[in-house]
Amino acid sequence: MSLLTVSGSPHVYSKESVSKIMYGVILSLVPAMLVSFYFFGLSAILLTLTAVVSCMAFEFIIQKYLIKGPMTVFDGSAIITGILLAFNVPSSLPLWMIVIGSAVAIGMGKMTFGGLGKNPFNPALVGRVFLLISFPVDMTTWPKPTEFSTNLVDVVSGPTPLAVIKEGVAAGRPVSELMAEVPEYVQMLFGNMGGSIGEISALALLIGGIYMLIRKIITWHIPVAYLGSVMIFGGILWFVNPEVYIDPVFHLITGGMMLGALYMATDMVTSPMSYKGMIIFGIGCGILTMVIRVFGAYPEGVSFAILIMNAFVPLINTYVKPKRFGEVVKNG
Amino acid sequence: MKTFTIGGVHPPENKLSKDAAIVALEIPKSVSIPISQHLGVPAVPIVEKGAKVKTGQLIAKGEAFISANIHSSVSGTVSKIDEVIDTSGYKRKAVIIDVEGDEWEAEIDRTADLKKECNLTPEEIIKKVNEKGIVGMGGATFPSHVKLIVPKGKKAEVLIINGVECEPYLTSDHRVMLERAEEMLVGISIQMKALGVEKAIIGIENNKPDAIEHVKKIAANYKGITVEALKVKYPQGGEKQLIKALINREVPSGKLPIEVGAVVHNVGTALAVYEAVQKNKPLIERVVTVTGVNVAKPSNFMVRIGTPVSALLEAAGGVPENTGKVVNGGPMMGKALNNLEAPVTKGTSGILLFPQVASSRKPLHNCIRCGKCITVCCMGLEPYFLAVLAEKNKVEDCESNRIMDCIECGSCLYICPSGRPLLDNMRVGKSKVGQLMRSRASN
Repeated sequence: MSLLTVSGSPHVYSKESVSKIMYGVILSLVPAMLVSFYFFGLSAILLTLTAVVSCMAFEFIIQKYLIKGPMTVFDGSAIITGILLAFNVPSSLPLWMIVIGSAVAIGMGKMTFGGLGKNPFNPALVGRVFLLISFPVDMTTWPKPTEFSTNLVDVVSGPTPLAVIKEGVAAGRPVSELMAEVPEYVQMLFGNMGGSIGEISALALLIGGIYMLIRKIITWHIPVAYLGSVMIFGGILWFVNPEVYIDPVFHLITGGMMLGALYMATDMVTSPMSYKGMIIFGIGCGILTMVIRVFGAYPEGVSFAILIMNAFVPLINTYVKPKRFGEVVKNG
Repeated sequence: MKTFTIGGVHPPENKLSKDAAIVALEIPKSVSIPISQHLGVPAVPIVEKGAKVKTGQLIAKGEAFISANIHSSVSGTVSKIDEVIDTSGYKRKAVIIDVEGDEWEAEIDRTADLKKECNLTPEEIIKKVNEKGIVGMGGATFPSHVKLIVPKGKKAEVLIINGVECEPYLTSDHRVMLERAEEMLVGISIQMKALGVEKAIIGIENNKPDAIEHVKKIAANYKGITVEALKVKYPQGGEKQLIKALINREVPSGKLPIEVGAVVHNVGTALAVYEAVQKNKPLIERVVTVTGVNVAKPSNFMVRIGTPVSALLEAAGGVPENTGKVVNGGPMMGKALNNLEAPVTKGTSGILLFPQVASSRKPLHNCIRCGKCITVCCMGLEPYFLAVLAEKNKVEDCESNRIMDCIECGSCLYICPSGRPLLDNMRVGKSKVGQLMRSRASN
C-alpha cells in the first residue's frame, strides 16, 4: 500500500463536470442545427463550422499566448459560443464577418475577463451585437428558407415576420391585413420563415430545451419567467388593441425568442445563481424584449434585453438570497 | 413520503455490508483509549501507570458539564498515559492498557436477558447516562446526558430517533435496528421518561425496508413510539433536516432542536442508554462498519473502544493493495486517516477504504456559476459566494451571509462540476467567524 491520501470531506464526488455540461448543451442544439441546415443549406453549415473553428482558434491563441493559462479549448464552451453566434446571424452573412464576430465574442466577450466563468455578458450575444452594429445591412438581410438549398449566391431575401409587422404597423396598416404577409403559425413553429440561422424553429429549440431540463443543465425558472412575461405583456397589449399589437403567441414563436429564452438567457455564467434571482432576471428579459420589439427602433430585442439584464446579474445576486433554512419559523 | 425540503443530494448508496451480521471483534493485545472522545472538555485520567483495571472500570472522569466519563474497554494493566495520534490526525492524550484476560466489573449485567422495567426517576436516569459516559453515537459525540436535560423555560414535546443513516456505505445503525431493536426500544422509552415526553418518532430511510418493517413490528408494543419511513436523501440524518422531515418544524438559525420542542438521539445512542441504565454497562464498545468497494469482507464489527483501526481492517480481509484513502466515518462527512494505528473511539461509525483511483478530487476548473451548490445546500446558503468571501478574508461578510449555519454536509463540494474546494474554504471562514465571535464575547 502506498501513502494514504488525506483530504477534507466529502470523499465522493458527483459525475458532473464542466465539459459534460457543455457537451450536453451542444447535443441539445442538434435539432435546431438540423433544421437550419435543412432550410438554409450549405451556407448554414459553412457559417456554423467557421464560427466554431474560429471561436476555438481565438480561445486557443489567447489562452496560450496572452493569458498563458491552462488549455480550456476542449471544455466545449468555445464550441457553444461558436454555434450560438452562427445561430444568431443570417445565412447570407459573408464568412469573414463571422470570423470577426467570433474574435469579438471570444476575445472581448469572454477572455478579457479571464475566461470561462468570469464573463459578465453572454459572449455569443456580444459578438452578435457587435456584428449588428458594424454591418447592419448584412446582418438584416434575411434569405428566404428554401428546402435543401446548396446555393451560395442569388438567394431570394425578404423581411422577417417581426419586421413585416413592425414596418406595417408603423405605416399605419392594421395587423389583420398584415397577417396575410407572414407564414402560418404552424409553418413558423417548424422554422419555415426568414430569420437568423438557428432561431427559426421554435419547435426544434423547445426539444433541445426539454433535453437540457431533463439533464438538469438548466432549470425551468428563466425560460418560464421570460416566456411567461412576454405572454402577459404581449397579451395585455393585444387585449388593448389587436389591430395595432399582434397576439402574444406570434411573439413567442418569431425572432430569437426561443433561442434567447432557452439558450442565451439560461447561460449559467451570465444569469443569477438563485431561483428567485432567475425569475427576476427572466421577467426583466421578457419586459425589455417586448419594450424594444413594440416601442423600440429594432424589430427584434432579444439580444439587447438579455445583455442589459446580464449587467444586472451581480446586483440581483447581491440582493436576492435563497430561502435560508430556519429563516421563517413554521411550527405545526 | 416525507423528507426535508431545502437542498440535498443523492450519492450512490453502496451499502455493501448491509447483510453482514454484527460480529464481535477479537480483543486486541493493547488498547489506547483517548480521554477526549466527545464534544466538550476532555476527561481527566484517574488511573496511573501500572494500575490494574477491569473491563468497564472508570479510568477518566468528565468533570465539566459538557464532558463525558471514559471507561476501560478491557481488563489489564495501564502501561502508560501518553499521547497517541487519534482519528483526527492530531496527537491526543490516551490511556494505554495492556490486555490481560477479560474480567468485567461485577455490577455489569452481561446476560442477554431483556430488562424492560425501569423504575428510576428522570434524574436518576440522567445521572446514570452521565456516569456511564454515553455520547451521541451518530458521529458528533455530544454527551447524551446534556441532551436529556431540558433547559429551563423550554419544553420537550417529541423525542426523535435517528435511524436514517444517510451516509453512503455505512450500515452500523441499520444492523443495530435489525439485531438489537427490542433493547433499542427499551432505551427509547427510558429516554422518553427522562425527557418527560409522550411521543417518540423513529425516522428510517426507505432504502432499509427490512429495518422499517422489523422496528415497526416491535414498536407496536411500546406506547407512543412510531416509525416513519423517509425518502432517501442526503443529509437527512442532520439533526435539523430530520426534524424538518418528521415534524415539519425549522430549528431557527443558531438555535438547538429544543427550541421547536424536539430532542434528537441516534439509534445507537438509544441502545447505549438501555445498556447503561438497565445493565450498568458503560460505553466501552460500539458497532463499526468496515467497508469499501475492494474490501474482501465488508463487515459490521462490535469493537472495544481503543482497538486500532488496523485490527478491524485485518478482520475484514486486510487492506487491499491499491488502497489510497482510509476514512473514519462515511464518505460525505468522514475524516481521512493518516495513521492506521489510530484507535476506534465512541464516534467511529465506520472505516471506509477507497482505491487509489477514487482518492483524489475532480480536476479544478473556474467556477461556471451554475448555481448547483445553492440548489443542493440543505441550509439555503450560497456556498460559491461564502467560499470566495472566506478566501478573500471577508470575515464579517461571511457572518452576515450565515456561514455559521453550514453543517458541513459536503453536498456543495459533492455536486460542483468544477471541483471547487467550496467546503474547504468555508471551513476556514467558519473558524475565522468563530474567532471573531469569541473575541466579541470576551470584550
